[in-house]
Amino acid sequence: MFTDLIADREKTVTIRIDGNAHTVTAGITVAAALLSVGVRRFRETPAGNSPRGPFCMMGVCFDCLCVIDGQPNRQACMTTVRQDMAIDTQSGAADLDPFGHSGRGDA
Amino acid sequence: MAETCQLAIIGAGPAGMAAAIEAAGLGLSVVVLDEQAAPGGQIYRSLEKQPPAGRPDLGEDYDQGRPLLEAFRESAADYRPQSQVWEVTQQRDIHFQADGAVQHLRAEHIIIAGGAQERPVPIPGWTLPGVMTAGAAQILLKTASLGARHAVFAGSGPLLYLVVWQYVQAGLPVAAVLETTPLANYRRAAPSLPGGLSVPSYLIKGLRLIADLKRAGVSWISGVEDLRADGEKALEAVSYRKGSRWRQIETGHLFLHQGVVPDTNLTVSLGCRHTWNAVQACWHVERDIWGGTSLDGISVAGDGGGIGGAMAARLQGRLAALSAAQRLGVLSAEERDRRSRKSLRILTREGRTRKFLDILYHPRDRFRRPPDDQTVVCRCEEITAGEVRAAAALGCQGPNQLKAFTRAGMGPCQGRQCGLTVSEILAQAHGTGVADIGHLRTRPPLKPVTLGALAACKKSRG
Repeated sequence: MFTDLIADREKTVTIRIDGNAHTVTAGITVAAALLSVGVRRFRETPAGNSPRGPFCMMGVCFDCLCVIDGQPNRQACMTTVRQDMAIDTQSGAADLDPFGHSGRGDA
Repeated sequence: MAETCQLAIIGAGPAGMAAAIEAAGLGLSVVVLDEQAAPGGQIYRSLEKQPPAGRPDLGEDYDQGRPLLEAFRESAADYRPQSQVWEVTQQRDIHFQADGAVQHLRAEHIIIAGGAQERPVPIPGWTLPGVMTAGAAQILLKTASLGARHAVFAGSGPLLYLVVWQYVQAGLPVAAVLETTPLANYRRAAPSLPGGLSVPSYLIKGLRLIADLKRAGVSWISGVEDLRADGEKALEAVSYRKGSRWRQIETGHLFLHQGVVPDTNLTVSLGCRHTWNAVQACWHVERDIWGGTSLDGISVAGDGGGIGGAMAARLQGRLAALSAAQRLGVLSAEERDRRSRKSLRILTREGRTRKFLDILYHPRDRFRRPPDDQTVVCRCEEITAGEVRAAAALGCQGPNQLKAFTRAGMGPCQGRQCGLTVSEILAQAHGTGVADIGHLRTRPPLKPVTLGALAACKKSRG
Protein backbone atom coordinates (compact mmCIF):
# COMPACT_ATOMS: atom_id res chain seq x y z
CA MET A 1 0.00 0.00 0.00
CA PHE A 2 1.08 3.56 -0.60
CA THR A 3 2.10 5.63 2.40
CA ASP A 4 2.07 9.39 2.83
CA LEU A 5 5.60 10.75 3.35
CA ILE A 6 4.23 13.83 5.08
CA ALA A 7 3.05 13.22 8.63
CA ASP A 8 0.45 15.77 9.76
CA ARG A 9 -1.39 17.10 6.75
CA GLU A 10 -2.79 20.56 7.35
CA LYS A 11 -5.28 20.62 4.52
CA THR A 12 -7.53 17.63 4.15
CA VAL A 13 -10.92 16.88 2.64
CA THR A 14 -13.48 14.22 3.44
CA ILE A 15 -14.69 12.07 0.58
CA ARG A 16 -16.89 8.97 0.33
CA ILE A 17 -15.44 5.89 -1.30
CA ASP A 18 -18.07 3.21 -2.01
CA GLY A 19 -20.16 4.88 0.68
CA ASN A 20 -17.50 5.04 3.41
CA ALA A 21 -16.09 8.35 4.61
CA HIS A 22 -12.32 8.88 4.33
CA THR A 23 -10.11 11.85 5.12
CA VAL A 24 -7.52 12.46 2.40
CA THR A 25 -4.98 15.13 1.43
CA ALA A 26 -6.54 18.15 -0.27
CA GLY A 27 -5.52 19.00 -3.81
CA ILE A 28 -4.39 15.54 -4.90
CA THR A 29 -6.02 13.48 -7.64
CA VAL A 30 -8.85 11.05 -6.96
CA ALA A 31 -6.54 8.20 -8.01
CA ALA A 32 -3.88 9.27 -5.50
CA ALA A 33 -6.55 9.65 -2.81
CA LEU A 34 -7.90 6.13 -3.33
CA LEU A 35 -4.40 4.65 -3.36
CA SER A 36 -3.56 6.55 -0.15
CA VAL A 37 -6.36 4.78 1.74
CA GLY A 38 -5.47 1.36 0.35
CA VAL A 39 -7.90 0.94 -2.57
CA ARG A 40 -6.17 -1.15 -5.24
CA ARG A 41 -9.06 -2.31 -7.45
CA PHE A 42 -10.75 0.71 -9.04
CA ARG A 43 -12.94 -1.18 -11.48
CA GLU A 44 -13.65 -4.40 -13.34
CA THR A 45 -13.39 -4.24 -17.10
CA PRO A 46 -16.46 -4.45 -19.35
CA ALA A 47 -14.53 -6.80 -21.67
CA GLY A 48 -13.69 -9.55 -19.19
CA ASN A 49 -14.56 -8.40 -15.68
CA SER A 50 -10.89 -8.36 -14.75
CA PRO A 51 -9.78 -6.16 -11.85
CA ARG A 52 -7.88 -2.96 -12.64
CA GLY A 53 -6.24 -0.10 -10.83
CA PRO A 54 -4.29 2.96 -11.96
CA PHE A 55 -1.40 2.12 -14.29
CA CYS A 56 0.03 5.32 -15.86
CA MET A 57 -1.29 8.10 -13.56
CA MET A 58 -1.13 10.59 -16.46
CA GLY A 59 -4.34 10.15 -18.41
CA VAL A 60 -3.04 7.70 -21.01
CA CYS A 61 -4.24 4.22 -20.02
CA PHE A 62 -7.85 4.77 -18.86
CA ASP A 63 -7.53 1.97 -16.32
CA CYS A 64 -8.37 4.12 -13.27
CA LEU A 65 -11.94 4.79 -14.44
CA CYS A 66 -14.47 5.11 -11.64
CA VAL A 67 -17.80 6.73 -10.82
CA ILE A 68 -17.29 10.28 -9.56
CA ASP A 69 -20.32 12.13 -8.21
CA GLY A 70 -22.61 9.79 -10.12
CA GLN A 71 -20.83 10.07 -13.46
CA PRO A 72 -19.22 6.78 -14.55
CA ASN A 73 -15.99 6.26 -16.52
CA ARG A 74 -14.22 9.32 -15.10
CA GLN A 75 -10.42 9.29 -15.15
CA ALA A 76 -9.49 9.27 -11.46
CA CYS A 77 -5.90 10.33 -12.24
CA MET A 78 -7.09 13.47 -14.06
CA THR A 79 -9.62 14.63 -11.47
CA THR A 80 -8.81 16.58 -8.29
CA VAL A 81 -10.53 15.55 -5.03
CA ARG A 82 -13.04 17.94 -3.54
CA GLN A 83 -14.77 18.05 -0.17
CA ASP A 84 -17.79 15.68 -0.06
CA MET A 85 -16.95 14.06 -3.39
CA ALA A 86 -18.60 10.65 -3.81
CA ILE A 87 -16.43 8.07 -5.54
CA ASP A 88 -17.55 4.56 -6.40
CA THR A 89 -15.47 1.80 -7.88
CA GLN A 90 -17.20 0.48 -10.99
CA SER A 91 -17.93 -2.96 -12.30
CA GLY A 92 -18.35 -3.91 -15.94
CA ALA A 93 -19.94 -1.55 -18.45
CA ALA A 94 -21.64 1.61 -17.25
CA ASP A 95 -25.40 1.96 -17.52
CA LEU A 96 -26.74 4.48 -19.96
CA ASP A 97 -29.26 6.58 -18.10
CA PRO A 98 -31.12 9.10 -20.25
CA PHE A 99 -31.82 11.19 -17.15
CA GLY A 100 -28.19 11.88 -16.53
CA HIS A 101 -27.68 10.04 -13.25
CA SER A 102 -25.86 6.87 -14.15
CA GLY A 103 -25.14 4.55 -11.29
CA ARG A 104 -22.83 1.62 -11.05
CA GLY A 105 -22.87 -0.84 -13.92
CA ASP A 106 -23.68 -3.75 -11.62
CA ALA A 107 -26.84 -2.15 -10.30
CA MET B 1 -18.28 32.52 -34.22
CA ALA B 2 -15.40 30.58 -32.80
CA GLU B 3 -12.76 32.35 -30.76
CA THR B 4 -9.55 33.06 -32.68
CA CYS B 5 -5.87 33.57 -31.92
CA GLN B 6 -2.65 33.77 -33.89
CA LEU B 7 -0.87 30.91 -32.16
CA ALA B 8 -2.36 28.03 -30.22
CA ILE B 9 -0.02 25.81 -28.23
CA ILE B 10 -1.20 22.41 -27.06
CA GLY B 11 0.69 21.31 -23.96
CA ALA B 12 2.36 23.27 -21.14
CA GLY B 13 5.49 21.21 -20.58
CA PRO B 14 8.99 22.52 -21.33
CA ALA B 15 8.36 22.76 -25.11
CA GLY B 16 4.97 24.43 -24.83
CA MET B 17 6.08 26.87 -22.14
CA ALA B 18 9.23 27.87 -24.05
CA ALA B 19 7.19 28.37 -27.24
CA ALA B 20 4.62 30.49 -25.37
CA ILE B 21 7.25 32.72 -23.74
CA GLU B 22 8.99 33.36 -27.07
CA ALA B 23 5.84 33.92 -29.12
CA ALA B 24 4.11 36.14 -26.56
CA GLY B 25 7.36 38.14 -26.28
CA LEU B 26 7.16 38.77 -30.01
CA GLY B 27 3.66 40.13 -29.59
CA LEU B 28 1.67 37.21 -30.99
CA SER B 29 -1.70 36.46 -29.44
CA VAL B 30 -1.06 33.08 -27.81
CA VAL B 31 -3.44 30.59 -26.22
CA VAL B 32 -1.97 27.60 -24.35
CA LEU B 33 -4.24 24.60 -23.78
CA ASP B 34 -3.10 21.94 -21.31
CA GLU B 35 -4.97 19.08 -19.69
CA GLN B 36 -3.19 19.27 -16.34
CA ALA B 37 -4.27 21.60 -13.53
CA ALA B 38 -0.87 23.36 -13.44
CA PRO B 39 1.92 23.97 -15.96
CA GLY B 40 5.14 21.93 -16.08
CA GLY B 41 4.27 18.84 -18.08
CA GLN B 42 5.27 15.55 -16.52
CA ILE B 43 8.89 16.55 -15.87
CA TYR B 44 8.05 19.65 -13.78
CA ARG B 45 4.71 18.35 -12.57
CA SER B 46 3.49 19.98 -9.33
CA LEU B 47 6.72 21.99 -9.09
CA GLU B 48 4.82 25.19 -8.24
CA LYS B 49 3.18 23.43 -5.28
CA GLN B 50 6.45 22.33 -3.69
CA PRO B 51 7.81 24.13 -0.61
CA PRO B 52 10.18 27.06 -1.31
CA ALA B 53 13.04 25.00 0.10
CA GLY B 54 12.48 22.60 -2.79
CA ARG B 55 12.25 18.82 -2.80
CA PRO B 56 15.82 17.50 -2.47
CA ASP B 57 14.44 13.96 -2.68
CA LEU B 58 13.37 14.62 -6.27
CA GLY B 59 16.82 15.79 -7.40
CA GLU B 60 18.23 19.09 -8.64
CA ASP B 61 16.99 18.78 -12.24
CA TYR B 62 13.39 19.00 -11.03
CA ASP B 63 13.95 22.24 -9.14
CA GLN B 64 15.68 23.76 -12.15
CA GLY B 65 12.33 24.07 -13.90
CA ARG B 66 11.31 26.98 -11.65
CA PRO B 67 12.67 29.88 -13.79
CA LEU B 68 10.88 28.49 -16.85
CA LEU B 69 7.60 28.19 -14.94
CA GLU B 70 7.95 31.73 -13.60
CA ALA B 71 8.71 33.16 -17.05
CA PHE B 72 5.70 31.30 -18.43
CA ARG B 73 3.40 32.65 -15.71
CA GLU B 74 4.71 36.19 -16.35
CA SER B 75 4.29 35.95 -20.13
CA ALA B 76 1.26 37.44 -21.87
CA ALA B 77 0.19 33.99 -23.13
CA ASP B 78 -3.42 33.10 -22.31
CA TYR B 79 -2.94 29.87 -20.34
CA ARG B 80 -5.94 27.53 -19.99
CA PRO B 81 -5.34 24.62 -17.64
CA GLN B 82 -7.57 21.54 -17.51
CA SER B 83 -8.41 21.87 -21.18
CA GLN B 84 -8.60 18.53 -22.94
CA VAL B 85 -8.15 18.79 -26.69
CA TRP B 86 -10.24 16.16 -28.45
CA GLU B 87 -9.95 17.26 -32.06
CA VAL B 88 -7.74 19.41 -34.24
CA THR B 89 -8.52 19.83 -37.94
CA GLN B 90 -6.21 20.64 -40.84
CA GLN B 91 -7.97 24.02 -41.01
CA ARG B 92 -6.56 24.58 -37.50
CA ASP B 93 -9.85 24.43 -35.68
CA ILE B 94 -9.30 23.15 -32.16
CA HIS B 95 -12.07 21.47 -30.22
CA PHE B 96 -11.49 21.02 -26.53
CA GLN B 97 -13.30 20.42 -23.28
CA ALA B 98 -12.91 22.71 -20.29
CA ASP B 99 -15.16 23.28 -17.26
CA GLY B 100 -17.31 20.38 -18.49
CA ALA B 101 -18.20 22.25 -21.69
CA VAL B 102 -17.09 21.85 -25.29
CA GLN B 103 -15.21 24.89 -26.62
CA HIS B 104 -13.66 25.91 -29.93
CA LEU B 105 -10.65 27.90 -30.97
CA ARG B 106 -9.38 28.76 -34.45
CA ALA B 107 -5.66 29.48 -34.77
CA GLU B 108 -3.49 30.78 -37.60
CA HIS B 109 -0.71 28.49 -36.40
CA ILE B 110 -0.62 25.55 -34.00
CA ILE B 111 2.34 24.17 -32.06
CA ILE B 112 1.66 20.70 -30.72
CA ALA B 113 3.74 20.06 -27.60
CA GLY B 114 1.94 17.02 -26.23
CA GLY B 115 5.02 15.29 -24.88
CA ALA B 116 5.67 11.64 -24.35
CA GLN B 117 4.16 8.65 -22.66
CA GLU B 118 5.82 5.57 -21.27
CA ARG B 119 6.27 2.71 -23.67
CA PRO B 120 3.80 -0.08 -22.92
CA VAL B 121 5.45 -3.10 -21.27
CA PRO B 122 3.28 -6.10 -22.15
CA ILE B 123 4.33 -8.89 -19.78
CA PRO B 124 2.14 -11.63 -18.29
CA GLY B 125 0.08 -10.12 -15.46
CA TRP B 126 0.76 -6.45 -16.26
CA THR B 127 -2.94 -5.59 -15.97
CA LEU B 128 -3.14 -6.60 -12.29
CA PRO B 129 -3.83 -3.82 -9.77
CA GLY B 130 -0.48 -3.04 -8.14
CA VAL B 131 1.42 -3.06 -11.42
CA MET B 132 2.12 0.49 -12.55
CA THR B 133 4.71 2.35 -14.57
CA ALA B 134 7.82 3.90 -13.04
CA GLY B 135 6.50 7.24 -14.26
CA ALA B 136 3.30 6.66 -12.27
CA ALA B 137 5.39 6.06 -9.13
CA GLN B 138 7.15 9.37 -9.77
CA ILE B 139 3.90 11.25 -10.37
CA LEU B 140 2.55 9.98 -7.02
CA LEU B 141 5.75 11.14 -5.34
CA LYS B 142 5.65 14.59 -6.98
CA THR B 143 1.95 15.32 -6.72
CA ALA B 144 0.91 13.61 -3.48
CA SER B 145 4.13 12.63 -1.64
CA LEU B 146 2.93 9.04 -1.80
CA GLY B 147 5.39 6.17 -1.94
CA ALA B 148 5.23 2.39 -1.76
CA ARG B 149 7.48 0.40 0.56
CA HIS B 150 9.27 -2.73 -0.69
CA ALA B 151 8.32 -2.17 -4.32
CA VAL B 152 10.05 -3.91 -7.22
CA PHE B 153 11.23 -1.72 -10.09
CA ALA B 154 11.78 -3.56 -13.36
CA GLY B 155 13.01 -2.56 -16.79
CA SER B 156 15.58 -0.29 -18.33
CA GLY B 157 16.29 3.37 -18.97
CA PRO B 158 17.20 6.67 -17.26
CA LEU B 159 13.74 7.41 -15.85
CA LEU B 160 13.65 4.04 -14.05
CA TYR B 161 16.95 4.71 -12.27
CA LEU B 162 15.92 8.27 -11.43
CA VAL B 163 12.67 7.15 -9.80
CA VAL B 164 14.48 4.47 -7.76
CA TRP B 165 16.98 7.14 -6.68
CA GLN B 166 14.11 9.44 -5.68
CA TYR B 167 12.55 6.59 -3.69
CA VAL B 168 15.82 6.00 -1.83
CA GLN B 169 16.17 9.73 -1.11
CA ALA B 170 12.64 9.74 0.27
CA GLY B 171 13.63 6.94 2.65
CA LEU B 172 11.47 4.30 1.01
CA PRO B 173 12.93 0.78 1.14
CA VAL B 174 13.10 -0.78 -2.35
CA ALA B 175 12.73 -4.58 -2.62
CA ALA B 176 14.77 -4.88 -5.82
CA VAL B 177 15.66 -3.35 -9.16
CA LEU B 178 15.37 -5.88 -11.99
CA GLU B 179 17.51 -4.46 -14.75
CA THR B 180 16.64 -5.74 -18.23
CA THR B 181 19.15 -3.85 -20.42
CA PRO B 182 20.69 -6.51 -22.72
CA LEU B 183 24.47 -6.78 -22.27
CA ALA B 184 24.83 -6.67 -26.06
CA ASN B 185 23.40 -3.13 -26.04
CA TYR B 186 26.51 -1.82 -24.27
CA ARG B 187 28.67 -3.15 -27.08
CA ARG B 188 26.33 -1.73 -29.73
CA ALA B 189 26.12 1.67 -28.07
CA ALA B 190 29.83 2.15 -27.36
CA PRO B 191 30.75 3.46 -30.85
CA SER B 192 28.11 6.19 -30.43
CA LEU B 193 29.73 7.47 -27.27
CA PRO B 194 30.90 11.00 -28.03
CA GLY B 195 34.67 11.10 -28.08
CA GLY B 196 37.17 13.31 -26.29
CA LEU B 197 36.11 15.60 -23.49
CA SER B 198 32.59 16.12 -24.73
CA VAL B 199 31.00 13.41 -22.54
CA PRO B 200 27.56 14.86 -21.87
CA SER B 201 26.75 15.84 -18.32
CA TYR B 202 23.67 13.62 -18.14
CA LEU B 203 25.76 10.49 -18.79
CA ILE B 204 27.95 11.41 -15.84
CA LYS B 205 24.86 12.18 -13.78
CA GLY B 206 23.36 8.83 -14.74
CA LEU B 207 26.45 6.88 -13.73
CA ARG B 208 26.62 8.77 -10.42
CA LEU B 209 22.98 8.00 -9.77
CA ILE B 210 23.44 4.25 -10.31
CA ALA B 211 26.57 4.30 -8.11
CA ASP B 212 24.51 6.06 -5.39
CA LEU B 213 21.91 3.31 -5.52
CA LYS B 214 24.43 0.49 -5.28
CA ARG B 215 26.12 2.28 -2.38
CA ALA B 216 22.75 2.66 -0.65
CA GLY B 217 22.48 -1.12 -0.73
CA VAL B 218 19.60 -1.40 -3.20
CA SER B 219 19.33 -4.99 -4.43
CA TRP B 220 20.33 -4.48 -8.07
CA ILE B 221 19.82 -7.49 -10.34
CA SER B 222 21.19 -7.00 -13.88
CA GLY B 223 20.78 -9.11 -16.98
CA VAL B 224 17.12 -9.94 -16.30
CA GLU B 225 15.72 -11.54 -19.46
CA ASP B 226 12.07 -12.10 -18.65
CA LEU B 227 9.43 -10.80 -16.22
CA ARG B 228 6.06 -11.91 -14.93
CA ALA B 229 3.56 -10.28 -12.56
CA ASP B 230 1.87 -12.92 -10.38
CA GLY B 231 -1.43 -12.70 -8.52
CA GLU B 232 -5.13 -13.53 -8.64
CA LYS B 233 -7.08 -10.32 -8.01
CA ALA B 234 -4.06 -8.07 -7.53
CA LEU B 235 -0.27 -8.27 -7.66
CA GLU B 236 1.21 -10.65 -5.07
CA ALA B 237 4.70 -11.32 -6.45
CA VAL B 238 7.09 -10.61 -9.31
CA SER B 239 8.94 -13.42 -11.09
CA TYR B 240 12.06 -12.86 -13.15
CA ARG B 241 14.33 -15.01 -15.24
CA LYS B 242 18.09 -14.88 -15.73
CA GLY B 243 19.32 -17.56 -18.09
CA SER B 244 17.03 -20.54 -17.52
CA ARG B 245 16.40 -19.87 -13.85
CA TRP B 246 13.23 -18.22 -12.52
CA ARG B 247 13.09 -16.55 -9.10
CA GLN B 248 10.23 -14.84 -7.31
CA ILE B 249 9.98 -11.77 -5.06
CA GLU B 250 6.85 -11.16 -2.98
CA THR B 251 5.57 -7.60 -3.33
CA GLY B 252 2.38 -5.61 -3.72
CA HIS B 253 4.00 -3.06 -6.04
CA LEU B 254 5.73 -3.48 -9.38
CA PHE B 255 6.84 -0.41 -11.35
CA LEU B 256 7.66 -1.16 -14.99
CA HIS B 257 9.66 0.94 -17.44
CA GLN B 258 11.05 0.44 -20.93
CA GLY B 259 11.64 4.03 -21.95
CA VAL B 260 9.34 6.74 -23.23
CA VAL B 261 7.81 7.24 -26.68
CA PRO B 262 6.13 10.22 -28.37
CA ASP B 263 2.40 10.61 -27.93
CA THR B 264 1.35 10.63 -31.58
CA ASN B 265 -2.43 10.30 -31.31
CA LEU B 266 -3.05 13.95 -32.15
CA THR B 267 -0.58 14.20 -35.07
CA VAL B 268 -1.81 10.86 -36.48
CA SER B 269 -5.46 11.95 -36.27
CA LEU B 270 -4.56 15.22 -38.01
CA GLY B 271 -3.01 13.36 -40.93
CA CYS B 272 0.60 14.51 -40.46
CA ARG B 273 3.10 12.17 -42.13
CA HIS B 274 4.90 9.80 -39.74
CA THR B 275 7.88 7.51 -40.13
CA TRP B 276 9.00 4.47 -38.12
CA ASN B 277 12.15 5.08 -36.09
CA ALA B 278 13.80 1.69 -35.68
CA VAL B 279 16.33 2.81 -33.05
CA GLN B 280 13.73 4.32 -30.70
CA ALA B 281 11.20 1.66 -31.85
CA CYS B 282 8.34 4.14 -32.22
CA TRP B 283 6.63 6.44 -34.70
CA HIS B 284 7.99 9.93 -35.31
CA VAL B 285 6.02 12.71 -36.93
CA GLU B 286 8.03 14.08 -39.86
CA ARG B 287 9.30 17.57 -39.07
CA ASP B 288 11.85 20.08 -40.34
CA ILE B 289 14.38 21.92 -38.16
CA TRP B 290 11.65 24.36 -37.08
CA GLY B 291 9.27 21.57 -36.07
CA GLY B 292 7.12 22.09 -39.16
CA THR B 293 5.11 19.00 -40.13
CA SER B 294 3.78 17.93 -43.53
CA LEU B 295 0.75 20.19 -42.85
CA ASP B 296 0.86 23.95 -43.32
CA GLY B 297 0.73 25.86 -40.04
CA ILE B 298 1.08 22.79 -37.81
CA SER B 299 4.35 22.37 -35.90
CA VAL B 300 5.46 19.88 -33.29
CA ALA B 301 7.93 20.67 -30.50
CA GLY B 302 9.41 18.51 -27.79
CA ASP B 303 9.21 14.81 -27.00
CA GLY B 304 5.90 14.48 -28.86
CA GLY B 305 7.91 14.52 -32.09
CA GLY B 306 10.78 12.30 -30.92
CA ILE B 307 12.38 11.74 -27.54
CA GLY B 308 15.08 14.31 -26.84
CA GLY B 309 14.55 15.29 -23.21
CA ALA B 310 13.57 18.54 -21.47
CA MET B 311 16.49 20.67 -22.72
CA ALA B 312 15.88 19.75 -26.37
CA ALA B 313 12.14 20.30 -25.83
CA ARG B 314 12.72 23.88 -24.64
CA LEU B 315 14.93 24.67 -27.60
CA GLN B 316 12.47 23.11 -30.05
CA GLY B 317 9.62 25.06 -28.49
CA ARG B 318 11.51 28.30 -28.96
CA LEU B 319 12.44 27.47 -32.57
CA ALA B 320 8.86 26.52 -33.42
CA ALA B 321 7.67 29.86 -32.01
CA LEU B 322 10.25 31.84 -34.02
CA SER B 323 9.26 29.97 -37.15
CA ALA B 324 5.54 30.57 -36.48
CA ALA B 325 6.26 34.29 -36.02
CA GLN B 326 8.08 34.34 -39.35
CA ARG B 327 5.24 32.51 -41.10
CA LEU B 328 2.73 34.96 -39.62
CA GLY B 329 4.75 37.92 -40.87
CA VAL B 330 5.89 39.21 -37.47
CA LEU B 331 9.54 38.31 -38.03
CA SER B 332 11.67 38.36 -41.20
CA ALA B 333 13.38 35.13 -42.25
CA GLU B 334 16.76 36.76 -41.59
CA GLU B 335 15.71 37.77 -38.09
CA ARG B 336 14.32 34.28 -37.37
CA ASP B 337 17.61 32.72 -38.50
CA ARG B 338 19.68 35.16 -36.49
CA ARG B 339 17.74 34.45 -33.29
CA SER B 340 17.84 30.70 -33.89
CA ARG B 341 21.51 30.13 -34.53
CA LYS B 342 22.56 29.31 -30.99
CA SER B 343 19.55 27.12 -30.22
CA LEU B 344 20.09 25.13 -33.41
CA ARG B 345 23.74 24.58 -32.53
CA ILE B 346 22.96 23.27 -29.03
CA LEU B 347 20.17 21.12 -30.41
CA THR B 348 22.50 19.44 -32.91
CA ARG B 349 24.92 18.65 -30.09
CA GLU B 350 22.11 17.27 -27.89
CA GLY B 351 20.94 15.06 -30.77
CA ARG B 352 24.38 13.51 -31.21
CA THR B 353 24.68 12.47 -27.58
CA ARG B 354 21.12 11.18 -27.51
CA LYS B 355 21.99 8.41 -29.96
CA PHE B 356 24.06 6.62 -27.32
CA LEU B 357 21.10 6.43 -24.92
CA ASP B 358 18.73 5.30 -27.68
CA ILE B 359 20.92 2.34 -28.59
CA LEU B 360 21.83 1.44 -25.01
CA TYR B 361 18.23 1.38 -23.79
CA HIS B 362 16.64 -0.15 -26.88
CA PRO B 363 14.15 -2.57 -25.26
CA ARG B 364 14.46 -6.31 -25.57
CA ASP B 365 12.32 -7.84 -28.32
CA ARG B 366 10.16 -9.78 -25.85
CA PHE B 367 9.03 -6.60 -24.10
CA ARG B 368 7.88 -5.13 -27.42
CA ARG B 369 6.49 -8.35 -28.98
CA PRO B 370 5.54 -10.74 -26.16
CA PRO B 371 6.28 -14.32 -27.30
CA ASP B 372 3.78 -15.84 -24.83
CA ASP B 373 0.40 -16.09 -26.59
CA GLN B 374 -1.53 -15.52 -23.35
CA THR B 375 -0.05 -12.08 -22.67
CA VAL B 376 -2.58 -9.26 -22.98
CA VAL B 377 -1.42 -6.58 -25.42
CA CYS B 378 -4.60 -4.46 -25.68
CA ARG B 379 -5.47 -3.69 -22.07
CA CYS B 380 -8.85 -2.11 -22.83
CA GLU B 381 -10.33 -4.90 -24.95
CA GLU B 382 -8.19 -7.64 -23.35
CA ILE B 383 -6.76 -8.91 -26.63
CA THR B 384 -3.75 -11.22 -26.29
CA ALA B 385 -0.59 -11.50 -28.37
CA GLY B 386 -1.87 -14.91 -29.51
CA GLU B 387 -5.12 -13.40 -30.81
CA VAL B 388 -3.17 -10.81 -32.80
CA ARG B 389 -0.96 -13.54 -34.30
CA ALA B 390 -4.04 -15.69 -35.06
CA ALA B 391 -5.60 -12.75 -36.92
CA ALA B 392 -2.38 -12.30 -38.90
CA ALA B 393 -2.47 -16.00 -39.80
CA LEU B 394 -6.02 -15.51 -41.10
CA GLY B 395 -4.75 -12.78 -43.41
CA CYS B 396 -5.10 -9.61 -41.34
CA GLN B 397 -2.68 -7.18 -42.98
CA GLY B 398 -2.38 -4.30 -40.55
CA PRO B 399 -3.44 -2.65 -37.29
CA ASN B 400 -6.51 -0.97 -38.78
CA GLN B 401 -7.87 -4.20 -40.22
CA LEU B 402 -7.07 -5.79 -36.85
CA LYS B 403 -9.73 -3.60 -35.27
CA ALA B 404 -12.38 -5.47 -37.29
CA PHE B 405 -10.79 -8.83 -36.44
CA THR B 406 -10.29 -8.34 -32.70
CA ARG B 407 -11.28 -4.81 -31.50
CA ALA B 408 -7.64 -4.23 -30.43
CA GLY B 409 -7.10 -0.47 -30.23
CA MET B 410 -10.81 0.37 -29.99
CA GLY B 411 -11.14 0.77 -26.23
CA PRO B 412 -11.11 4.01 -24.23
CA CYS B 413 -7.31 4.48 -24.44
CA GLN B 414 -7.61 4.53 -28.25
CA GLY B 415 -4.54 2.42 -28.90
CA ARG B 416 -2.19 4.44 -26.71
CA GLN B 417 -1.23 1.26 -24.81
CA CYS B 418 -1.33 -1.30 -27.65
CA GLY B 419 -0.58 0.60 -30.88
CA LEU B 420 3.17 0.01 -30.96
CA THR B 421 2.91 -3.62 -29.78
CA VAL B 422 0.23 -4.49 -32.33
CA SER B 423 2.20 -3.02 -35.26
CA GLU B 424 5.37 -4.80 -34.15
CA ILE B 425 3.65 -8.19 -33.70
CA LEU B 426 1.93 -7.95 -37.10
CA ALA B 427 5.19 -6.94 -38.81
CA GLN B 428 6.94 -9.94 -37.27
CA ALA B 429 4.10 -12.30 -38.21
CA HIS B 430 4.25 -11.16 -41.83
CA GLY B 431 8.06 -11.06 -41.94
CA THR B 432 8.05 -7.41 -42.95
CA GLY B 433 9.07 -4.04 -41.51
CA VAL B 434 6.91 -2.03 -39.12
CA ALA B 435 7.03 0.88 -41.60
CA ASP B 436 5.21 -1.32 -44.15
CA ILE B 437 2.62 -2.53 -41.62
CA GLY B 438 1.75 1.02 -40.58
CA HIS B 439 0.15 2.48 -37.45
CA LEU B 440 -3.33 2.60 -36.00
CA ARG B 441 -5.36 5.47 -37.41
CA THR B 442 -6.72 7.44 -34.51
CA ARG B 443 -9.85 9.45 -34.92
CA PRO B 444 -11.49 12.17 -32.90
CA PRO B 445 -12.70 12.48 -30.23
CA LEU B 446 -9.19 11.82 -28.91
CA LYS B 447 -10.48 12.11 -25.34
CA PRO B 448 -13.95 11.08 -24.18
CA VAL B 449 -16.63 13.73 -24.63
CA THR B 450 -20.17 13.24 -23.36
CA LEU B 451 -23.09 13.53 -25.75
CA GLY B 452 -24.51 16.09 -23.34
CA ALA B 453 -21.47 18.36 -23.73
CA LEU B 454 -21.65 18.07 -27.52
CA ALA B 455 -25.38 18.78 -27.59
CA ALA B 456 -24.94 21.82 -25.34
CA CYS B 457 -22.31 23.24 -27.69
CA LYS B 458 -24.62 22.95 -30.70
CA LYS B 459 -27.28 24.85 -28.79
CA SER B 460 -24.97 27.66 -27.73
CA ARG B 461 -23.75 28.10 -31.31
CA GLY B 462 -27.31 28.77 -32.40
